Amino acid sequence: MTFPKNLSYTKSHEWIEDLGGGAYRVGLTDYAQNALGDVVFVNLPEPGRELTPGEPFCDVESVKAVSDVYSPVTGTVSEINEVLLDSPERINQDCYASWLIKAEASAPGGDWLDADEYETFAASEQSH
Amino acid sequence: MSNYIPNPDAVQMDMLRAIGYSEMSELFADIPEALRVGPLDLPVGMSELGVRRAVSAMAASNTVFPTIFRGAGAYRHYIPAIVKTVVSKETFLTAYTPYQAEVSQGVLQAIFEYQSEICMLTGMAASNASAYDGASAAAEAAAMCRDRKRAHTLIAASLNPDTIATVETYSRAADAPVSMLPVQNGTLDIDALRGMIGADVSSVIVQSPNYYGLIEDWAAISEICHAAGAKLIAVCNPIALALYKTPGECGADIAVGEGQPLGMPLGFGGPYLGFMACVKGMTRQLPGRIAGLTVDADGRRCFVLTLQAREQHIRREKASSSICSNEALCALTATAYLAAMGPQGLRQTAEQCYAKAHYAASALAAAGFPIRHDAPFFNEFLTECPVDADKLARRLETEGMLGGLPVDGGILWCVTEMNTRDEIDRLAAACEEVRRHG
Amino acid sequence: MADALSALTALNKEDVPLVFERSVPGARTDMLPPLDVPESLPDAALLRSEPPLLPELTEGEVSRHFSALERRAFGVNNGFYPLGSCTMKYNPKINEEMAALPGFADVHPLQPERTAQGCLAVIARLEGMLREISGMDAMSLQPAAGAHGEFTGVMMIKAYHERRGDGKRRTKMIIPDAAHGTNPASAAMNGYTVVTIPSDANGCVDVAALRAAVGADTAGLMLTNPNTLGLFDPNVAEITGIVHGEGGLCYYDGANLNAIMGITRPGDMGFDVVHLNLHKTFATPHGGGGPGGGAVGCKAFLSEYLPKPGVADNGGSLTFDNDTPLSVGKVRAFYGNFLVCVRALCYLLTLGREGVPQAASNAVLNANYLMRRLADPDEFAHNRACMHEFVLSMKKLKAETGVSALDLAKGLLDKGMHPPTMYFPLIVEEALMFEPTETESRATLDAAAEAFRALVKQARDNPDSLHTAPHAAPVRRPDEVRAARTPILRRET
Repeated sequence: MTFPKNLSYTKSHEWIEDLGGGAYRVGLTDYAQNALGDVVFVNLPEPGRELTPGEPFCDVESVKAVSDVYSPVTGTVSEINEVLLDSPERINQDCYASWLIKAEASAPGGDWLDADEYETFAASEQSH
Repeated sequence: MSNYIPNPDAVQMDMLRAIGYSEMSELFADIPEALRVGPLDLPVGMSELGVRRAVSAMAASNTVFPTIFRGAGAYRHYIPAIVKTVVSKETFLTAYTPYQAEVSQGVLQAIFEYQSEICMLTGMAASNASAYDGASAAAEAAAMCRDRKRAHTLIAASLNPDTIATVETYSRAADAPVSMLPVQNGTLDIDALRGMIGADVSSVIVQSPNYYGLIEDWAAISEICHAAGAKLIAVCNPIALALYKTPGECGADIAVGEGQPLGMPLGFGGPYLGFMACVKGMTRQLPGRIAGLTVDADGRRCFVLTLQAREQHIRREKASSSICSNEALCALTATAYLAAMGPQGLRQTAEQCYAKAHYAASALAAAGFPIRHDAPFFNEFLTECPVDADKLARRLETEGMLGGLPVDGGILWCVTEMNTRDEIDRLAAACEEVRRHG
Repeated sequence: MADALSALTALNKEDVPLVFERSVPGARTDMLPPLDVPESLPDAALLRSEPPLLPELTEGEVSRHFSALERRAFGVNNGFYPLGSCTMKYNPKINEEMAALPGFADVHPLQPERTAQGCLAVIARLEGMLREISGMDAMSLQPAAGAHGEFTGVMMIKAYHERRGDGKRRTKMIIPDAAHGTNPASAAMNGYTVVTIPSDANGCVDVAALRAAVGADTAGLMLTNPNTLGLFDPNVAEITGIVHGEGGLCYYDGANLNAIMGITRPGDMGFDVVHLNLHKTFATPHGGGGPGGGAVGCKAFLSEYLPKPGVADNGGSLTFDNDTPLSVGKVRAFYGNFLVCVRALCYLLTLGREGVPQAASNAVLNANYLMRRLADPDEFAHNRACMHEFVLSMKKLKAETGVSALDLAKGLLDKGMHPPTMYFPLIVEEALMFEPTETESRATLDAAAEAFRALVKQARDNPDSLHTAPHAAPVRRPDEVRAARTPILRRET
């Protein structure tokens, strides 16, 4: 499993890329896509939807499970990755290229982890 | 009596002892004594012949009308003998939901064929495996259309009243508003729709042929809906779909209806078949089971239940519906019916319904029961009732006829391919006689 | 039993063409006599542009097609079907014949009540028997299935609170994590926020967690008892008391009633509303997924909230009563899955007062017998007497051999047995849930236990053979990922 150093992470297994100027990209971590198994559908939000830290803004389906994705920021959805609507498997193939949304954040959420902290956290989750 | 238990008492005792118990009651040790119930106040069990006699006597106390001119949501059509043979097959009868695809291909393939046929009839892209009945299917369709911004459902007052009531019930549960769209001369008042549709409206529900048998203008209605950002839910009659423009052709987003005319008996109202189909973009909002085509590990075609992450057993409180068991055997009935009738037989059925209903409308008008509305109708129509409705009903009963349903001060008649010209002539004669002589 | 076990392996391995692929243009049946009135057609502008592409077949081809499909299906008539939580008991044939009587099948739901007294009597009698069995004061047969009954029953709870001016405050429905998925879904359809409470290791309600969760915002609690681990929660009276103490109501999910009918009653446990599954407990056939029956019952103080219409007895003549202003309303057209109710009535008339508890006792005996024969105690999710079903956890086997609950289930297919319910309840890892029902013989249970033990041995000796099971079924494992990613839900035209 890989956890790029330039990204931030949450304990609910989202990655966050800071694009500057209050803009962020959000996706699912390698740990998350691996735990989900084959992703078959991504239920993306509508652009303009409000985001609250820790609240789900979309869900991701595998054959026998559905998992919420939680917002790491306060703000709104500015763009969704429509490629995923027809090709959800890209999340399994390259989760860091397959962002879910771009967010315009009025405030970042708290409790972000850096890559090393997240790797340690993910390892402890796995051993459960 | 029989309890269908294959292990005689002695074997039961052996089994108990084999697993370390000496009495049956020990197995129920977790149930506190205070909660135990004594012998129930139920009758003593009966033999098979005893049950046959008792239940046959109940059936015999009902009147089975040889001739029926009543519909209003339940229709007597011809049921080919082969349909009854197919749905009596014991394996179809006693299987459950095909969770284990490898040994359920027969059930899954039949569902896939059913879904295909519903799509063909409605002109829609995707169908589910069935809902409880037509009324609850309309209610589920309204729920499919609601989202965070729009939750208001508009219902044409020309819908079957049971469908209206059911949509209202489901909507009330969801705390979602519902408003009635007025009717003019038996069909939806389109100007009123233009006035009432707004940014809060999620869907508009329009039935055609409607409760009065009249054809509604789905195409014009769907344009108004879509211009306002709302969905059109078309409630349809599957026999009429053999003739009339489909919901798909008219731009509807969801087509639902009561599938009972496709080979199910009247059965005092159930079990019936709710069918639900939609445009491609709404497929994942469909509630309930859906079968899909895929391949097995050897690359051979096979079928599975799919898109299951929509459903309650996975999504739990986030599922849009709690439906689990559906009306699978009724869907199989429809599949067998459509296979037996074929496109030609279904078309013939619809044409005969139309022609006979129009013949009957003329005959009743001549008998002094004029038709109330001038809009085109399929096989149901509302006439005035110049006589006491109950008196007319009893007079028709002496002819072995179930007459039309008293509705809005008139009579709602239904004529199908089952009604002969002779029956219609006798109906008109009896109506005229009651009108002239009381 | 040998015959039953070989039923699957005898299945036809040839593909069955789709009904459309059998179609021959011009092939037809002739069902209707010629039109005997003047021809007429709707205005051309109203007609569909293309006829539906329905299959064109002769009757003989229709017969062959559905017979071929039947051979690729598996029912209770084919063999052992211990699908947990589904109560796949034998479906008596007299019930089918009675439901097909013209005196029921050909009765129009809107014909005058005086001409349908037999149908109304069926409803009234069955309601009475179900009231007695459930310990409820009133009953409605309208819901079409269990989940429909839940939806209806929760709506009654909501209507009750609203009537008392308490609706805005009571927004939460408490549901244990081991519950059937329909429970939270039905609560959510009624606008309730679901509060999930943990179960203890036996699947029983964690009473401390319940006490902590219950409060002035509680609308009610939804519970299955016996629970989904197949254990009777002995604290049930205390549990319903806790909820009542805070003004909430208690809903009983009757999916597991087969274990206790005639032994104890939801009404006596303190429940206010119940649904019963006619297609489980009362032997009506499952039909490949339905139709079912989800009768909903309640205590007297809730009876005016039952769905419309009820049946009233006016001095010997039965009528439908629509004059119930507090009713939650109509939940479907007409009166319920009536012909399913005819079957359930036949079943209860057959069993009678002795047969009902005998069925429950033997369902429990068969489950305990199978459980002890099937597995080593360390594979039980719990190690004590079960009720009508039990759950095994394959966690240890999976850790040791890599063979999962799914692999074992697929292996059972090769043994000619329908697998148990897999991966439910969610609180048990690698769960397999067996419900044999009372209508299985000792020989069947012995054979099933032997088959299962052989599979466990196979898991240790040759795990790969189970990863690829089944081998003898009509098809191999389907590619479910492909089915869900690129759905093909109808024949492409």
